[in-house]
Amino acid sequence: MTIVDIGLPRRLIEFTVDGEQITVPEGATILSACKDIPTLCYGDTLEPANACRVCMVEVEGSRTLVPSCSRKVEPGMVVRTDTERTRHSRRMVLELLGSATDLSTTPRVSEWMAEVGADPSRFGPDAATVSQPALVDNPLYVRDYSKCILCYKCVDACGDQWQNSFAIAVAGRGFDAHISTEFSAPLPDSACVYCGNCIEVCPTGALSFRREFDKRADGTWDESAQTATTTVCTFCGVGCNLTLHVQDNEIVKVTSPHDSTVTHGNLCIKGRFGWQHVQNT
Amino acid sequence: MDLRFLAAAPSTVEQAAIDAALTGDGRDQLLPALHAANDAVGWISEGALNHICRRLDVPPAEAYGVATFYSLFSMEERPRKVVHVCVDLACKVNGAEALVDAQSEFVVRSPCLGVCERAPAALAVEAGVGSEYLMPEIPLPQRGDPGLRLLRRVGVVDPRSLDDYRAAGGYSALRNALALGPQGVIREVTDAKLMGRGGAAFPTGRKWAATAGQPERPHYLVCNADESEPGTFKDRVLMEGDPFAVVESMTVAAYATGCTRGYLYIRGEYPKAFSLLSNAIEVARERGFLGRDIMGQAGFEFDIEIRRGAGAYICGEETAIFNSIEGFRGEPRSKPPFPVEKGLFGWPTVVNNVETLANVLLILTEGCQAFQRIGTSQSTGSKLFCVSGTIGHPGVYEVPFGATLRELLDLAGGVPDLRAVLLGGAAGGFLRPDEIDLPLTMEDARSAGTTLGSGVVLVLDGTVDVGGFLLRIAEFFRDESCGQCVPCRIGTVRQEEALHRIVRRTGDSQDLVLLRDIGRVMRDSSICGLGQTAWNAIESAIDRLGVRL
Ligand SMILES: Cc1cc2nc3c(=O)[nH]c(=O)nc-3n(C[C@H](O)[C@H](O)[C@H](O)COP(=O)(O)O)c2cc1C
Ligand code: SF4
Ligand code: SF4
Ligand code: SF4
Ligand code: FES
Repeated sequence: MTIVDIGLPRRLIEFTVDGEQITVPEGATILSACKDIPTLCYGDTLEPANACRVCMVEVEGSRTLVPSCSRKVEPGMVVRTDTERTRHSRRMVLELLGSATDLSTTPRVSEWMAEVGADPSRFGPDAATVSQPALVDNPLYVRDYSKCILCYKCVDACGDQWQNSFAIAVAGRGFDAHISTEFSAPLPDSACVYCGNCIEVCPTGALSFRREFDKRADGTWDESAQTATTTVCTFCGVGCNLTLHVQDNEIVKVTSPHDSTVTHGNLCIKGRFGWQHVQNT
Repeated sequence: MDLRFLAAAPSTVEQAAIDAALTGDGRDQLLPALHAANDAVGWISEGALNHICRRLDVPPAEAYGVATFYSLFSMEERPRKVVHVCVDLACKVNGAEALVDAQSEFVVRSPCLGVCERAPAALAVEAGVGSEYLMPEIPLPQRGDPGLRLLRRVGVVDPRSLDDYRAAGGYSALRNALALGPQGVIREVTDAKLMGRGGAAFPTGRKWAATAGQPERPHYLVCNADESEPGTFKDRVLMEGDPFAVVESMTVAAYATGCTRGYLYIRGEYPKAFSLLSNAIEVARERGFLGRDIMGQAGFEFDIEIRRGAGAYICGEETAIFNSIEGFRGEPRSKPPFPVEKGLFGWPTVVNNVETLANVLLILTEGCQAFQRIGTSQSTGSKLFCVSGTIGHPGVYEVPFGATLRELLDLAGGVPDLRAVLLGGAAGGFLRPDEIDLPLTMEDARSAGTTLGSGVVLVLDGTVDVGGFLLRIAEFFRDESCGQCVPCRIGTVRQEEALHRIVRRTGDSQDLVLLRDIGRVMRDSSICGLGQTAWNAIESAIDRLGVRL
């Protein structure tokens, strides 16, 4: 994994990961120095929410496991990423998530489950779930909260970390906690400006373009038949990068590169959804 | 901020109540404003929420997220009068269900109301009027006992009178503190080996020294009076019986750690304590015990603001309490950074429990040497225990650390047919009848594999349905999880489901395997103490009590 360079010269610190001495700049997280630790709520353009607990590692001297996505490296720290204890934790977290949530469109999760032997069906057929009808209340994107793992990323993207629209927040508590507008108002009645920046960061597919949702529903969504082309948005002079995902000569969704120093993956309604009008299908 | 608000308007009653409650226009006014609306009409309407959002410049979606976090707030219209009937541990074994059935008003099934000595408990809340307990008061069992220390004024002095408080030794501790200087106070508290009484048993002197040593200003003090651990009611007894002591002890703590502002965060279901503390703060301010140049000490400034919780056990967690005060959802923050570095509003903060602070007054009046002579070498001083359940004389008892559990139970009338004692609360563990000679100290509890926690001693005799009792513990954690992290949000649900199958004998042997697996991940990977301890009591019922599930 690349280490994000913040431009200032930083002190280097040494620590140990799985027996290997590693040097990182001060302020780096454990995750940034490790390869292949699964993450769900971590976002490369967002502050860590450390809520999903998929990325837990052992740190010597710590009573509990530690979230690698947010814990900063300290000099001399001794970290283990693959022990019986971390595997048990990861297996349980994935089983718990899988037993309550539809993870069918979460990239890589089945691979991680297989690695640790997670079996969400262990909790039985009566296990409570977050299953609910998808919210299709506007022409641009769909909120299918049966797939929501409550990672906070959409809320953070919509709020003070990027968009400053504050259209959505976490409401309720415990297992009833959910992403919501005020009084569950439909999106057209909310503060949403359809920037789609929440879709950009959603790790599960709970938020998806209407086109993707419809195509999945009628069985014509085919990622292997899609191409992705990055171009520059022509709607205004800012020059945001757009990545157009095309299937059968049709734009099916638009993302934006997270490493763009201008936009960090964020767009406005025109860049994100303007093609729907252009394409006129 | 350029926010989009709702179209809905508040009623005149709602608007007047909200406007009267606001003492500023910052986000931290959100919780008091929500209380004002809910208190005035019994629920929070779209119009009321919208008015609050406009006044405080808070996005409606966020305010909705905060309001729906707290169980005392209703987002739907309901009768103006509701009765909160406690169905939690101590009340459950004392006829809570019959009390629910006996109500003619709208009933809200409530987690522990913190009045377990009067179980079964119920609190009537009427919009625009106020709250009252539906059970008679009972006197403090040890009232007037000359051996009492922390409780010596409870039930003896008038809790509304500063003069009575002073005549009974009040404000001599602060006078001594001002003579010692901040460093001197911290030295006394450290040498007295005072440990926190809120559950985590952290050395108070160390916490104070760490905060005092932070160069940034301001520093904040938070007195944690959220007291929502089932079976805990000692802080309520202190606050109702000796409210000026809470004010004085906070002032001493503020002096030692360099705080000019303190928050007293009291759970929303303590109407009497709230009113007596509000009075004490007001009187102390009028008489120069709060504000500028306190007790004539030039340059020493400190004041206290009371904040009411709104029905969320998690807000007693030391970082969740910051989010709650600041007007955010009461979700714990990730540590590090610790409160002494970055706490309330991002500034160095000391959080202490009510009983912990009450001990500071004793240390400063009698000196750390005398204080240490009570108790054991590691657990110094005396401890308040909340005795409840199936026992003759439930109540708060003060005993020196080192007294045995048997002695404590005998003080409270003894238990002829003892089945088990839940020690330390829902996050604690069970003891068997053959274990009650355990000396009640932090170190003995630890080596017996349990904890004194917040001082809960919940007694179960042979009449109690232990399976049902365990299910209630599981239900409590499910209800009170903030929902932030996966092990706790989903784990507490799966724990309850598996326990349900076991208790109702509808499962198989795999359910015990599931329970242990869930318990382990909650302990290892939850963000905060709630999830980390949500399996303790159930595990101990299986492993120590040998409960055949
Ligand atoms: C879920 C949870 C709830 C808690 N509730 C309370 C509480 O109501 N009152 C309290 O004093 N401490 C409570 N604590 C402990 C606090 O986090 C903190 O340790 C304590 O207030 C520190 O004060 P002390 O050092 O004086 O004990 C709670 C902890 C957790 C994890
Ligand atoms: S589309 Fe933009 S404004 Fe709308 S909810 Fe998502 S992030 Fe917020
Ligand atoms: S909708 Fe997506 S981004 Fe938002 S909390 Fe759920 S999973 Fe995370
Ligand atoms: S352990 Fe439970 S209460 Fe604590 S942060 Fe996680 S979900 Fe919230
Ligand atoms: S990725 Fe670290 S807690 Fe979610």
